Amino acid sequence: MQLADRSKLSRPIPTPETEHFWAGTRAGEIRLQRCDDCECIYFPPRPFCPQCLSKAISVFAASGKATLYSYVINERPHPAFDGPYAIAVVELEEGPRLMTNLVNVEQTPAALILDMPLEVVFEAITEEISLPYFQPQTRVESGS
Amino acid sequence: MRPGSIAIVGAAETTELGKVPHMAQIQLHADAAINALQDAGLTAKDIDGVACAGESPTNVAHLLGITPHWVDGTAVGGCSFMLHVRHAAAAINDGLCNTVLITHGESGRSQVGRGPWGGAGGATLAGQFEAPYGIMGPPTIFTLPVLRYLKDTGTSLEQLANVAVVQREWASANPRASFRDLITLDDVLGSKMIAYPFTKLMCCLVTDGGGALILTSADRAKDYPTPPVYLLGTGESVETPMISQMEDMSTSRAFRTSGRRAFNEAGIQHSDVDHVMIYDAFAHLPLYGLEDLGFCGRGEAGAFIEERHTAPGGSLPTNTNGGGLSYMHSGMYGMYALQESVRQMRGTAPAQVDGAKVSVCHGVGGMFAAAGTIIMTNQEI
Repeated sequence: MQLADRSKLSRPIPTPETEHFWAGTRAGEIRLQRCDDCECIYFPPRPFCPQCLSKAISVFAASGKATLYSYVINERPHPAFDGPYAIAVVELEEGPRLMTNLVNVEQTPAALILDMPLEVVFEAITEEISLPYFQPQTRVESGS
Repeated sequence: MRPGSIAIVGAAETTELGKVPHMAQIQLHADAAINALQDAGLTAKDIDGVACAGESPTNVAHLLGITPHWVDGTAVGGCSFMLHVRHAAAAINDGLCNTVLITHGESGRSQVGRGPWGGAGGATLAGQFEAPYGIMGPPTIFTLPVLRYLKDTGTSLEQLANVAVVQREWASANPRASFRDLITLDDVLGSKMIAYPFTKLMCCLVTDGGGALILTSADRAKDYPTPPVYLLGTGESVETPMISQMEDMSTSRAFRTSGRRAFNEAGIQHSDVDHVMIYDAFAHLPLYGLEDLGFCGRGEAGAFIEERHTAPGGSLPTNTNGGGLSYMHSGMYGMYALQESVRQMRGTAPAQVDGAKVSVCHGVGGMFAAAGTIIMTNQEI
């Protein structure tokens, strides 16, 4: 995926409940939340656990590893994007899924195979907002 | 409502009132809800009905982890909550749900996470976590689950495209259908690519139109000039306002919850059903609908349609007006699906199913966000 004009992207407006996430992406991390009581890991952010409603919540950095869960390749022109681009949902190693775009890979059905391993990269679209994008995994897994 | 038949068992306001700039509007709903649940000694899992105004009940249910089978988003201003209470009383008395949560939250002073008319644009969860990735309306959102569905169920792209082919057969018999010329699998697969794997002929029409229904008691219905169409079973649910947060993209929790509820209420088996309408904004929806409503096993809907069970002359005539893919789709198609079920039950449909006595009409709201199922019959109970 290539951006043509990042000023034409829809801009997230953080709320008090999501500020930690956007602070995380600025710092190069995907920050998830975990319930201290039932250990549920969840996304999108909220200051209570969606499983048990506990307000004892911790924020932690995810590994940034994910797999490709589903996608479409949008063929209609979008002012922020250069050519057709995939809109994808990835499944993080920790479990939660999130929507994203895929970079450093051809935006074709042949190149985008479901369940392929991905890793996060960050793209600053404003001073405040960095978006998490995903690319095919390049890091070599350290053996045992 | 029978006097004394309903009680309020939990009540609370938000933890703070006045100036609460550290909470978005939707969090004010959640905060009040959690406090009310604590007051009642309940958890969110005990709640099976959700009502609110200002925000969508879908947002509130998803945030709190509730799987409701009754929702009410009546929004008529400041008295909406009185109406919610009344609607909830009727619903509980009728067995549609047992325990209803009614919420309110409004960032009236601080204006955090609050938009011009209920929506909050870039501050909603979808605004923050989906909109920046170039989504462009339903053709890029509603369609997103299908590759996962195809892979997990072993369904082919051709079987997906075939949904449009079969529905055009029904439309060809309907003089009011927008598209009536028969089409082939190659026509569908070869039409303009909109959002891979969806070509133009796998996407619904965009048309103008409307519809209306009038309901009364079964006793009174006999005095009307039209043959009564009776409600046999009803179901509803919501899942999530964000497509990326579906529990499983190969099946809709809202479809399953709503459909199960409607069939249980109707007290019928799938073999009792003569006619089906499944809201088809895109070609994959009848596949999800047939499986999630229990007409087919998981991964069997593609072959079921291929084997012409839903086609003219088949065992389960489905989307007999031609559907959103060929008949019409003005944006909220559910009304037209209901109209076709009524026509089939009255015996007045252009492509009438002979002797049809039971019709299942299943609608989707948002993009897999909500579902509603109405089962009708022309037989007096």
